[in-house]
Amino acid sequence: MNILITGLITGSMLALLAISFSLIFGVARIINIAHTAFYMVAAYCIFSLTGKFGLNPVAGMMVAVVVVTVLGLLAYKFLIDPIREHEAAVLIATIALAMIFQEAILLIYTGDYRTVSALIEGYFTLMGVKVFYQQVLTFGVVLAILGILWVLLMKTKLGLAIRSTAEDREVANLMGMNDSWLAMITMGISVALASFTGAVLAPLTVLSPYMWMEPLIMMMAVVVLGGLGSIKGSFVAAYILGFTEALVVFLIPKGAFLKGSVALSIMILVLLLRPEGLFGISFEEER
Amino acid sequence: MVAAGLYLKRFYTVVRKEVLVLPSRIIVALFFLVLLGMPLISQNPYLIRVIVLTSIFAILAASWDLLSGFTGQMNFGHALFFGVGAYTSALLNIHLHIPPWGTIPLGAAAAVLTGLIIGIPCLRLKHTYLALTTMAFPIILMGIVFALPDFTGGELGISGLQRISNSLIVNYYIYVGIMLILCTIMWKITDSHTGIIFHAIREDELAVKASGINTTRYKLMAFCLSGFFAGIAGGLYAHYMRIAGPSTLEVSMSFMVVIWAVFGGIATIYGPIAAVFILFPLLEFVRFWPEYRTLIFAVVVLLILLYMPEGLIPWVRDKIEKECPRCKIRNVATRKTCRVCTAGLD
Repeated sequence: MNILITGLITGSMLALLAISFSLIFGVARIINIAHTAFYMVAAYCIFSLTGKFGLNPVAGMMVAVVVVTVLGLLAYKFLIDPIREHEAAVLIATIALAMIFQEAILLIYTGDYRTVSALIEGYFTLMGVKVFYQQVLTFGVVLAILGILWVLLMKTKLGLAIRSTAEDREVANLMGMNDSWLAMITMGISVALASFTGAVLAPLTVLSPYMWMEPLIMMMAVVVLGGLGSIKGSFVAAYILGFTEALVVFLIPKGAFLKGSVALSIMILVLLLRPEGLFGISFEEER
Repeated sequence: MVAAGLYLKRFYTVVRKEVLVLPSRIIVALFFLVLLGMPLISQNPYLIRVIVLTSIFAILAASWDLLSGFTGQMNFGHALFFGVGAYTSALLNIHLHIPPWGTIPLGAAAAVLTGLIIGIPCLRLKHTYLALTTMAFPIILMGIVFALPDFTGGELGISGLQRISNSLIVNYYIYVGIMLILCTIMWKITDSHTGIIFHAIREDELAVKASGINTTRYKLMAFCLSGFFAGIAGGLYAHYMRIAGPSTLEVSMSFMVVIWAVFGGIATIYGPIAAVFILFPLLEFVRFWPEYRTLIFAVVVLLILLYMPEGLIPWVRDKIEKECPRCKIRNVATRKTCRVCTAGLD
């Protein structure tokens, strides 16, 4: 039961992060290393908004998401957009950005571990295991967000534009889609999703300035396992890896050290059999 | 006597006609001279320590460039080779008491083997998939290191290794000498026939295949070569710090290598080396404000990339040198005509 809950929570977090990460990769071909750094910044935002300014947690969440999204858009506009042509440079720019966030948080909040109080206190007992209301809430919210995202991508014009740009940038451009504007919007959505993940997860985790590293690795593993640019793939892969982690932690002694190793080994095994991931379509190579 | 005189005269001609004509060559020559002559001027242990560490990381950054810059096989887990080299050297030194001159080559051999092991599955992957998958390997190894604390020392690592030499100056010359030799070898490799094939694989793998070249073999070779040099760097690091810990496998280590190489300009070899010699001492000398150290580092990298997305060194080189439009030979930017074919520049 514990395994199930931990697996579901980790899986949902990874699913949201991975989907938003592959969105911006699909549209703008940016590998955004700073993606989980935005997630961390959002969590810290909530910590100070609810803790220091005494804002109501829900309002704090909303403000945090808006603040981080604006931050992400500014970073994109001034730091990433001017060097979009040089892939390697973009990569380093996002790494540097993540480091800046980490250091800034280290300076402002020091390296101490922090916690954020839950939205709803209390728990109920299911088959002898404590289930916190916060966990149920997080899971529900993540599912809802994923649903909204699916509708946005599949049913609206914007979604169509995003999907077609991801498939073939040049042709989409020829069909009259404003490429740079679209990249900007996608960046906004992507960062907003990352910060939202941070917001709903903050009460369940411990905040530290280095908390972006671990989800970053797992998120990338999910994206690769599911197939780049495939939302369904990211969703399935996120839960596979989430449950693997939970299983390893609870069933193997010293599992906490090995959880990353086992999950990543699964990813590599799958890639050996299917180099383009579970649901990925192999892109025609651009020449 | 006469032979020696002739030899000296030829040496003088080569220096005057081949080295002194181009500012970049003068800089490289000065770099060699300054590094080799440094202990004659100052024997400050701190300065020597910084230069030795810089040299080790210069080897590492250049080896990344060999694999990822030249061959285009983006490797985000370069710390793997470094860590394997360091841990192998450390384990051999502690448990089997093999002296450093034996453990470092063995560590490098282990890193080559690792290169083969991860190279074979990774050959099927391309671009982003490759980059993100390679990132996983050092983390897997780190999990294993943590899970076997009796053998690997767990979080604390393996400490108490032998130094290569107990004399400060001898140690300095060994490290700097090895760095200069290895980097020259790497530069020569990229300049050779193999290097051209590496470069071609990055530009257009299909075309290389169509020319009847076995790209798989060359890609594996790039993995092994890069692993070899990074493994040596790892072994040197372990014996210098006298400890091999999990920090050698960390994600930030892999990222650092990529930052150095891209900052200096990829696919140049000299770029990453120069970048390490700029960034690493910079990081050391701003230790007066320890809390702002990484912040300053990140901001500097970000700003420089914003203005020179090709990397710092190619940008500088383009400023001080011009390529002759007719014979493609480089000239000082101040010249009006080409030094070889006398065609007008610009």
